[in-house]
Amino acid sequence: MRELFDKTQWIRDQFPVLKRKVHGHPLVYLDNGATTQKPQSVIDRVTRFLSEEYSTVHRGVYLMSQESTEFCETVRSTIARFVNARRPEEVIFTSGTTAAINLAATALGKSVVTPGGEIVITQMEHHANIVPWQQVALATGATLKIAPIMPDGSVDLEAFERTLTPKTQIVAFPHISNVLGTVNPVAQMTAMAKTVGAIVVVDGAQGIAHHPVDVQAMGCDFYCFSAHKMYGPTGVGVLVGRYDLMDQLPPVQFGGDMIETVTFEKSTFAKLPAKFEAGTPPITEIIGMGAAVEFIESIGWNYILGHDQAILNYALAGLETIPGIQLIGTAPGKSAIISFVMDGVHPHDVGTILDMEGVAVRVGHHCAQPLMGVYDVPATIRASFSVYNTESDADGLLSALQKVRHYFQ
Amino acid sequence: MSRLDGLYQQLILDHNKSPRNFGKLDPHSHYSHGVNPLCGDDYEVTLQVSPDGIIEKSAFVGSGCAISKSSGSLMTSAIEGKSVADVLALKDRFLNLLICDTVTEDDRAVLGKLAVLEGVKKFPARVKCAALVWRAIEDALSESAVQTISTE
Repeated sequence: MRELFDKTQWIRDQFPVLKRKVHGHPLVYLDNGATTQKPQSVIDRVTRFLSEEYSTVHRGVYLMSQESTEFCETVRSTIARFVNARRPEEVIFTSGTTAAINLAATALGKSVVTPGGEIVITQMEHHANIVPWQQVALATGATLKIAPIMPDGSVDLEAFERTLTPKTQIVAFPHISNVLGTVNPVAQMTAMAKTVGAIVVVDGAQGIAHHPVDVQAMGCDFYCFSAHKMYGPTGVGVLVGRYDLMDQLPPVQFGGDMIETVTFEKSTFAKLPAKFEAGTPPITEIIGMGAAVEFIESIGWNYILGHDQAILNYALAGLETIPGIQLIGTAPGKSAIISFVMDGVHPHDVGTILDMEGVAVRVGHHCAQPLMGVYDVPATIRASFSVYNTESDADGLLSALQKVRHYFQ
Repeated sequence: MSRLDGLYQQLILDHNKSPRNFGKLDPHSHYSHGVNPLCGDDYEVTLQVSPDGIIEKSAFVGSGCAISKSSGSLMTSAIEGKSVADVLALKDRFLNLLICDTVTEDDRAVLGKLAVLEGVKKFPARVKCAALVWRAIEDALSESAVQTISTE
């Protein structure tokens, strides 16, 4: 434990924003589930690209454009290695997780999903993994089925298996729940879905920075994530998809870069990955994302996983000492995302009081309104931890929560 | 007084703990449903308005934070016996209180207990909490009453 937190100081020093004060208090940033702060290496890489190297990709015959293209394609290869994709062309750049899920849903909705078919999701989904599938079901005449969770916030695997039928065409679920912190058994759930021949889409928004991802070991067809939740810039994300499947799917957005030849009568489309990347991509952000992957690799998964469990257990032990706190999501092996409610105090009031102490948490329904219904709460307080959070951050949260009781007995 | 003390004044905490007129009027002549989609605050406002345009009774019910709930309690306590026109004018004056720097002592005198919510001015993210039930009553009293309104 001691050693872990010493390394954390080395990591903290790489994040300039962590030195700032909020309302006169040192910043305690615990909203990493929403977005993570950026290390100096990412800031520097983006700054250098914009100030010395900026140019478009895939179009120019001039040196700078060729360099930009090479930078972006190198990041594609880096990400393919990072998630163990079969080849770089399996990495499709999008604007983020939501866009990645929408891309997969739209392409599958136009080709794979049929009237009378079934799409299975779980009760713990983020809205971004509910609404696109609702729209596909509406457009195709398929049915959206919801697999239940257990009271501790883990998927009820027996019920999940019963939800799957020969009619199941798509199964979508999160790697890690953004509210509960539950780490789903992705490989096991995927194997179950494969017994009925379904295509599996994994929402990796919370997974990517907290757990090593190996899409081949998971067996899933699609894995979706954003750069900004893994220390990279906003505005870029990735859809990792199985090459042979994506090769068969129709394009979703049309325009420059995704074509082979265009006449006024008809167009033919480019091969992967360009087929799914219409228009100028977020070049600067892609290059920043590459630096973010390198940052994660410089820390290493052993440390990340060890720190995640250590800070989770430390914070949970502290929360136990505060009366009237009810945890939402207590699955074994969960990640350091802690949702809770306080007796007699609405989460919004807690959020405001914590902010005045410099503690940034998310309060609300976390874009998971149906899950709030499952637990019969209108909202929760969510403290989500990252590699740079320390015992002192957890202590800051706990003492700010004591302050809440000063106003709300 | 600290900014937090200015926000969570005793009167607000009291109305949050024991909200007045908390329920649904049955029958009622006017209705609206106010929600903040981003935070999930959710209230139904019901009114009994006499044929000559006097608010005879009002009530609100639902869930939300201390600011939105105390605002509903204070609003329903303040408007009974007032004319529809007076309530709409009070609404404008109240919404100004939440955001404007030019609030006068006269405004505060007219608003009475409602002025206790002025503390939200220093918490821009919470203005919509105090405004929600007032947006709902504005909607309930409008001719083209939409059933669900939002302040985000």
